[in-house]
Amino acid sequence: MSHVPRILEVRTKILKKNDELARQMRQEFLRLGVSVVNLVSSPGTGKTELLQRTLHVLLQRGFSVAAVVGDLETDNDARRLARSGAPVRQIQTHGCCHLEAHMVKQHLQGWNLSEISFLFIENIGNLVCPASWDLGESLRVALMSVTEGEDKPLKYPGLFNTADVVVITKTDLAQACEFDRQRALQNIRAVRPGVPVLETSARSGEGIPQWIEFLCQHHHRCHCSHLASARKS
Amino acid sequence: MHELSVAYHLVQLVTQLASQHGGGTVVALHVRLGVLCCVHREALEFCYELAAQGTCAENARLIIEEVPVEVYCSECQQQFQLQNIQKFSCPRCGKPTADIRRGKELELVSVELEDQDPLESKGDEEDSQTQQRVFS
Repeated sequence: MSHVPRILEVRTKILKKNDELARQMRQEFLRLGVSVVNLVSSPGTGKTELLQRTLHVLLQRGFSVAAVVGDLETDNDARRLARSGAPVRQIQTHGCCHLEAHMVKQHLQGWNLSEISFLFIENIGNLVCPASWDLGESLRVALMSVTEGEDKPLKYPGLFNTADVVVITKTDLAQACEFDRQRALQNIRAVRPGVPVLETSARSGEGIPQWIEFLCQHHHRCHCSHLASARKS
Repeated sequence: MHELSVAYHLVQLVTQLASQHGGGTVVALHVRLGVLCCVHREALEFCYELAAQGTCAENARLIIEEVPVEVYCSECQQQFQLQNIQKFSCPRCGKPTADIRRGKELELVSVELEDQDPLESKGDEEDSQTQQRVFS
């Protein structure tokens, strides 16, 4: 007796469960007026340093901000960021190389999101794995530092291709590293044509006003377009 | 090594589908991996075996189709396959394009299910090929 298997044609995303949760979270963030920024880079690019400065400046400008920060182990980054005065929570993944939507959701419990304008998610330092996981963010930022080499985008096109904006960090070290700015810009644009690129140094403050302005414009765009569509419906 | 997480999601999806459709053993699953999905084929194959242990999909064949990147060029008004994912531009006219039409897939396409105990099958209808289509 031959057994012909039944074939179920499914055509569904493998990460459907994560994607659906992320979609719900995104809708909720939008409804509450929270701009969610997912920061992705390799370890040591300076996500925490940039975020520390960002939280500080946004707080000074009267925005309410919060951050969740992912690491395999330790709460060092959360403690560092909490010095800004913003509410910060550490997600320790104990070996997991990326953040997933449910981890973020779990760490937002108890926060009144309607009082928050910007929520930053500092992803695990990794230029491969976080690319596949939607966290419900409205802005995905890929960071690369001048110390990492100009060809980072060519080596990790998958991740750079998902970025809404690329931030070059540690520009104060550019000269010492003989950083070839033109080549870096060329490489970013080769893998992600049209992506905005910002150049910053969290140490010297160079490029920080432009970065803050970019965030504020994003917040304004998200929030106002949502209000406009809410009024229409 | 996020392929292990991806494999767990895959196994969960497949075992749920199997139980929703009358149970049985999963003999094969067809998966589509886009070149840009950031999942490594061999790593997924390795992790799948680990993730599927002890489930109804334990010995299933994982059949992976790799999907190349295709972009749309607004100048040529045509879709092209991209040979080089370090350069997102039209292979014909050279215009940069971020309009990706294929190559990001991380999809379960279909599942092949076999009834658990063939000796207890109920006759001819079990032998005829039945196809259930479930779209989601």
